[in-house]
Amino acid sequence: MSLINWIDDRFPLSKVWNEHMAQYYAPKNFNFWYYFGALSLVVLVLQIVTGIILTMHYKPDADLAFASVEYIMRDVPAGWFVRYLHGVGASMFFLVVYLHMFRAMLYGSHRKPRELIWLLGMVIYVALMAEAFFGYLLPWGNMSYWGAQVIISLFGAIPVIGEPLAEWIRGDFVVSDATLNRFFAFHVILLPLLLALLVYLHIVALHKVGSNNPDGVEIKKNKDKDGNPVDGVPFHPYYTVKDTFGIAVFMTVFLGIVFFVPEFGGWFLEKDNFAPADILQTPPDIVPLWYLTPYYSILRAVTFEWLPGGAKLWGVIAMGAAIVMFFFLPWLDRAKVRSIRYRGWMYKTALTIFAVTFVMLGYLGTKNPGHVDLFLFKNVIWAQIGLVLYFAFFLLMPIYTRLDPTKPEPDRVG
Amino acid sequence: MLPIHLLIYTEVVMTDEVNSGRRRLLTTVTTGVGLAGATALAVPLVASMKPSARALAAGAPVEVEIDDLAPGQMKVVEWRGKPVWILRRTDQMLEEMASVTGQLSDPDSQVVEQQPAYAQNAHRSIRPDVLVVLGVCTHLGCAPSKAFDKGGSSGLGDDWVGGFFCPCHGSKFDLSGRVYKNVPAPTNLVVPPHSYVSENRIVIGVDETEATA
Repeated sequence: MSLINWIDDRFPLSKVWNEHMAQYYAPKNFNFWYYFGALSLVVLVLQIVTGIILTMHYKPDADLAFASVEYIMRDVPAGWFVRYLHGVGASMFFLVVYLHMFRAMLYGSHRKPRELIWLLGMVIYVALMAEAFFGYLLPWGNMSYWGAQVIISLFGAIPVIGEPLAEWIRGDFVVSDATLNRFFAFHVILLPLLLALLVYLHIVALHKVGSNNPDGVEIKKNKDKDGNPVDGVPFHPYYTVKDTFGIAVFMTVFLGIVFFVPEFGGWFLEKDNFAPADILQTPPDIVPLWYLTPYYSILRAVTFEWLPGGAKLWGVIAMGAAIVMFFFLPWLDRAKVRSIRYRGWMYKTALTIFAVTFVMLGYLGTKNPGHVDLFLFKNVIWAQIGLVLYFAFFLLMPIYTRLDPTKPEPDRVG
Repeated sequence: MLPIHLLIYTEVVMTDEVNSGRRRLLTTVTTGVGLAGATALAVPLVASMKPSARALAAGAPVEVEIDDLAPGQMKVVEWRGKPVWILRRTDQMLEEMASVTGQLSDPDSQVVEQQPAYAQNAHRSIRPDVLVVLGVCTHLGCAPSKAFDKGGSSGLGDDWVGGFFCPCHGSKFDLSGRVYKNVPAPTNLVVPPHSYVSENRIVIGVDETEATA
């Protein structure tokens, strides 16, 4: 192929293709959990494409924004479809990212030498939360408005610089047109650029050390005479085909939601957001969307007035710490083995409790703290129990992972 | 005189001896100038995100008539984009309010930032009956709602004597905007600067002392 040769003399096309696809060896035993990395990339691309189209019709102006979204829904050809893809896409993004993170915790994918992949992934996760938060203000619905109001006020809890900082973020004394305009800039320029860069770095780091696998065994230890891992298969065509199958199933579910339940009963699009932003009327319950509610629950669980500096400040600190905990995971985990398959009952129990706690906190974050929605206790009490379990999972990890009776890892993947 | 990069080039390539002191100085100075330039550039960029002149101008005072406000009634006006509550309290409300001071976190309004000095009294107001507060929860900026019904029907306990309730995180305030103990909100509701231009006309945003002076 002379064209390829012509390019290869000027740009490392074949080299990159081989290094990252055709001759990139990935463990042969990837299972269901390994779909979610590829799926998050698919959703990212989908969000960018639908986002660009929405930008063509949306107006980032406090007087026009709400109506322009309704215009997209009613008058723009297939506008409803593009908007629902984007809105449901946000929730699906977090769904696949949460499952992707859980996969890492199951199989120890964050352990040495993959700490940087995990850290970059966590930065992506935080950037994604920011991206979702900025995007949620744009429809200028009442929940958009008050959600932004509450989250920006969190910065006000920081001693001394808090209030000026919150004012600087808003560009006004309250969330206003100035805030909407700049959130639009963050949502469509700043964060997408950042996310693209971070995803690139995440994959560069992954391809440097190679993928982990469900057995947590290093495939590079056993190589054939060509220097390729015996338990590895080239990413292309093996995993490109596997991932294509996963994408097809995923898109079926995704489009099923888009076509039949785009609001998902208020979980993907809250009913209060069908009313325009009203400065004088708070919705009865201000709740962020489901993917942020575990942290919102932790924020609200801190009601202890006796803490120095007050409950509000400590609530914000606890919420921040809850996210920061994840960053330390590679160093908190001291087990001899990576995969849950060879770990003992302690880590298995701890991870199960953590997963249940995370979901419970997420559920409670959407409910009124003073009500009883689970059983026996008020929601706030359950959230406080959840808070203790959440932090115990991380802070006690160096102890229970060391005491855990692990099984020996096999030499090769099963 | 040669351009600077050629000077360095001449230094490195064309002479046998490297003047390392000069090279270090040039590198340091270039880096320093670059950093200083970047910092200087950042200042206006960061400053551009502060409230604009238009946003600042929109914070002008607001005048409100209250002669149509019957005892027990409340009206909401907007000032600086925030809801301001004007509540005309009945004598009974004022009496019952005194009975809950034990349950309040700061009954004597000792946190001075939360009100002007002329509202640091038992009723947190200039006129004992007329309360003027920002309807913005001191926890996270939600808008608390009226909870004027007394007793069990309010959903806030049998001993509830009326006040405000923030639905977001469950903070409770009495009819002077004083916060209850053991709720997430740390302080009493803010009393904005305000004054009376006549008996039944309030101006919000101008302090009492400024108005009389």
